[in-house]
Amino acid sequence: MASISRDDVAHVARLARLDLTDDELELYTAQLAAVLEHAADVEALDVADVPPTMHPYPLRNVLRDDDVRPGVDRDEVLGQAPAAEGGRFKVPPILGEEP
Amino acid sequence: MTAREIAEAVRSKQRSAREVVDEHLGRIDERETELHAFNLVLADEARAAAGAIDERIAAGQDPGPLAGVPVALKDNFATRGIPTTCSSRILEGWRPPYDATVVEWLRAAGAIVIGKTNLDEFAMGSSTENSAFGPTRNPHDVTRVPGGSSGGSAASVAAGFSPMGFGSDTGGSIRQPAALCGVVGLKPTYGRVSRYGLVAFASSLDQIGPFTTTVDDAALALEIIAGHDPRDTTSIPEPVPAYSELLSEGVEGLRVGVISEFLAADGLAADVAQRVHAAAAALERAGAKVDDASVPSTIYGLSAYYLIAPAEASSNLARYDGVRYGLRVEAPTTGEMNTKTRTAGFGPEVKRRIMLGTYALSAGYYDAYYGKAQRVRTLILRDFERAYENFDVLIGPTAPATAFAFGAKADPLAMYLNDVFTIPSNLSGHPAMSVPFGVGDDGLPIGVQVLAPALGEGVMLRVAAALERAASS
Amino acid sequence: MTQIDGWEMVIGLEVHSELATQTKLFCGCPNLFGDEPNTNVCPVCLGLPGSLPVLNEKAVELAIRLGLALHCTVERGVFARKNYFYPDMPKDFQVTQYDLPTNADGHLDLPNGKRIGVERAHIEEDTGKSTHVGGDGRIHGADYSLVDYNRAGIPLVEIVSRPDLRSADDAKDYVNELRSILLATNVSDAKMEEGSMRVDANVSVRRAGDDQLGTRCEIKNLNSVRSLVHAIDHEAARQVELIGRGERVHQETRHWDEAAGLTRSGRSKEQAEDYRYFPEPDLVPLEPDADYVTRIADAMPLLPSDRRARLAGVSNGSQGAVTIAVARGLDELAIAAIEAGGDPGRVLTHIEHNLAVDGAADIDPKGLAKLTLLDLTATQAKTVLAELVETGGDPEAIAKAKGFEAMDASALDASVDAAIAAEPDVWAKYVAGDDKAVGRLVGTVMKATNGQADGKAVTVKLMERRAASGG
Ligand SMILES: [Mg+2]
Ligand SMILES: [Zn+2]
Repeated sequence: MASISRDDVAHVARLARLDLTDDELELYTAQLAAVLEHAADVEALDVADVPPTMHPYPLRNVLRDDDVRPGVDRDEVLGQAPAAEGGRFKVPPILGEEP
Repeated sequence: MTAREIAEAVRSKQRSAREVVDEHLGRIDERETELHAFNLVLADEARAAAGAIDERIAAGQDPGPLAGVPVALKDNFATRGIPTTCSSRILEGWRPPYDATVVEWLRAAGAIVIGKTNLDEFAMGSSTENSAFGPTRNPHDVTRVPGGSSGGSAASVAAGFSPMGFGSDTGGSIRQPAALCGVVGLKPTYGRVSRYGLVAFASSLDQIGPFTTTVDDAALALEIIAGHDPRDTTSIPEPVPAYSELLSEGVEGLRVGVISEFLAADGLAADVAQRVHAAAAALERAGAKVDDASVPSTIYGLSAYYLIAPAEASSNLARYDGVRYGLRVEAPTTGEMNTKTRTAGFGPEVKRRIMLGTYALSAGYYDAYYGKAQRVRTLILRDFERAYENFDVLIGPTAPATAFAFGAKADPLAMYLNDVFTIPSNLSGHPAMSVPFGVGDDGLPIGVQVLAPALGEGVMLRVAAALERAASS
Repeated sequence: MTQIDGWEMVIGLEVHSELATQTKLFCGCPNLFGDEPNTNVCPVCLGLPGSLPVLNEKAVELAIRLGLALHCTVERGVFARKNYFYPDMPKDFQVTQYDLPTNADGHLDLPNGKRIGVERAHIEEDTGKSTHVGGDGRIHGADYSLVDYNRAGIPLVEIVSRPDLRSADDAKDYVNELRSILLATNVSDAKMEEGSMRVDANVSVRRAGDDQLGTRCEIKNLNSVRSLVHAIDHEAARQVELIGRGERVHQETRHWDEAAGLTRSGRSKEQAEDYRYFPEPDLVPLEPDADYVTRIADAMPLLPSDRRARLAGVSNGSQGAVTIAVARGLDELAIAAIEAGGDPGRVLTHIEHNLAVDGAADIDPKGLAKLTLLDLTATQAKTVLAELVETGGDPEAIAKAKGFEAMDASALDASVDAAIAAEPDVWAKYVAGDDKAVGRLVGTVMKATNGQADGKAVTVKLMERRAASGG
């Protein structure tokens, strides 16, 4: 696998909604490359026939009954919001439709 | 006084909870400025809670097995109405509208929350240097780190601020600071303790556990916080044994394996290796059958961990977007507001891990990184299970060396290597704990790690208790 | 619908339908529409730090019930996180099923017999809802937006069809049939107008006879079957025109603008998000065992196709009338009325034309049966039926109370003669070939008989008179 490039880091930062300065971009590229290089041992393993472990303790079919439970008070929740109006959370204009 | 002694004294009216709390607040007053174990000391709330405990005792009620015991909570446990910051600017000022399950259960057992402790931002780190509010210092040597990420809780217990502290362990964040601060630190089996209300770092690895000064207190703490919680899907629906009652059983006939891969690892300090050998010898003297054990795939643990944990973290930390709570940096559009808020709100280590994790999950890399790491996780789990066919417990070092100086591990990879012995148990989900076992050449504490199979906390605590007896004799 | 000569449309639909549970998918907040904003919320559906999801058993049961109704195989399901930033989404990821959906590989038969493949029917959570303030309430040009999370976390089933639909008519039939199934199985209230059922359409075109698929566009924001039909026709025409001009169709999402009657370009494939799907670590696999699935299958109510077959057998009615009766949920009534001795044709006619009203399902089938046997005009029967729906009772007594006595033939002849005498000019026009003049004459008869005459019978008599008079 080719090492992570500056462009990769810039792309990833955009996906993660982080702004990086040029210096940070430089630094993070080098640091992420070092971590990924360390991970080369894992990358090189042939584990195609090994199933992945998603959970260390295997449970399945964990379900709850369809019973209504009390929620939280709207004022308490909106009191934590950076901005609210008319019982709703207020945000700047949204550009672009929901994906 | 240990937590058990305090609870017994309070329940038998030999001491009032109020007196106990005041004594601990007094110690906090003396050294907190120097140590910075807490993000928030809840002096008034603790006194009020102690008063309520004393009233219940006066009324002939039993407030529970932790009656009047001051506990310090890592500041990534949701506490209703009480700021919960994860030592991050992005959550500054957030007051959750709910309590974590563990917080509810501790209070129900009579414990008194004395404060919220410092941590590496979002539990990402091994030194508590990554806190947005400044580092915590090691009570044994304030020029050294306390370890991390639960450095505040470890320091609180080591400094006598509280007999019991709680932390979260994703890659060693309870055990490593416990080792560096000379206290007992226990990471339970994944799912043994509810994660509901623990602000997530890496969901499939995070587990809550106690810091205490004695193994007995660790057993007591675990009896309170372990158990099935229907609010956590990954919570194990198995009954909780009376761990405390097992401690006196000794280790006669137990099979103890010393993990050879750990002792062969680069970077393991000689004084730490020496203490592990001494621990093995002590257990042998106490009647255990000790032998070398091999868990070969653990050598891939660090690599797998640094793909899995950041991947899950990148998704868990997406919600800090400036819309619903915490920090917002205003901008003309919501998208720009999200970016500005996250850029200003997260520290460098959190950003680094978010980017690493985003990369590991992104199109074209999933199979090579995240997917592969999850398969390696299976190898590690299988290797441990194979080892536990021959051994009841495994032992090894907790951390490669004693507490290091501030700034000594500026390179991220050097810092990550601190977790090399603790990470495998997070990947396998098995319980593990660190027990103080002497000091190093520099006079600073060294911890020996005891590892056990899934739900093997009982036998793990028995072995830890034997080491504790050996260390003090 | 529009067919474009020499071209074929290829359409696949993605239908999101809210499951009719009491609570949300992962928390105990009520699943309700139209409440005050942010009143049905808790730490889980607000995605507060530290909160964790726990799967709703009822949502699983309903999703599997639908899967079985769509002839899917019920498989091991694994929830995944679909990561993207959007303020409607409290966690900035959606919990959905990705490579391992609970229901896979089924089909839906349209009433005309055409079989449409169903690729999957998976479980996922809904998002919150934002309102845009300023800029005419549209997302573009708004001054700011306000977010309500009542809908966040409501359980959805997403039904993805294979691209087997070939016209807007097919798409309409598919959505109507799917809606009937959702209603018949009590899986969803499937109200497009309230947004509890939402449809996205993938549309492409190709030259007739071509077996290669064309480049598709995904049309969003379809709030009614009417919009669906218009949007598909419009989009197909747009694509055909593009290709006809020698241009290419670009893969993108397009938004249907109902007012303007056209689709607008949205996000292109190049701008498509990288969703970074991975298994949701806070949930565990869903592995329904065979017994559980069998119990759901055994409790399955009759499906619309079975009900149509049953009603057709009992009534011998047309496909159209039978389909409507089942779609309105009035097939039980129809069968009971026919079995009580009612006239099958008249029963279906009443259901099709006079019973698209609330409470229709509750009327007494015996009353409906009796009504079809009474000698009443169409207008009178409709009036009696309305009363049956409203208050119930005996149709004969209602007819009598309203003075609806059927007129005998001689009385009707006399009325027609009187009308011709009263309107000689109109009669002359009618005789001269002005067919429209008949309406005026019928009206005169109806007025004179207080509406008791049967309009059709009067028209027939007038035609006979005209023929007899040599007109
Ligand atoms: Mg979907
Ligand atoms: Zn909720």
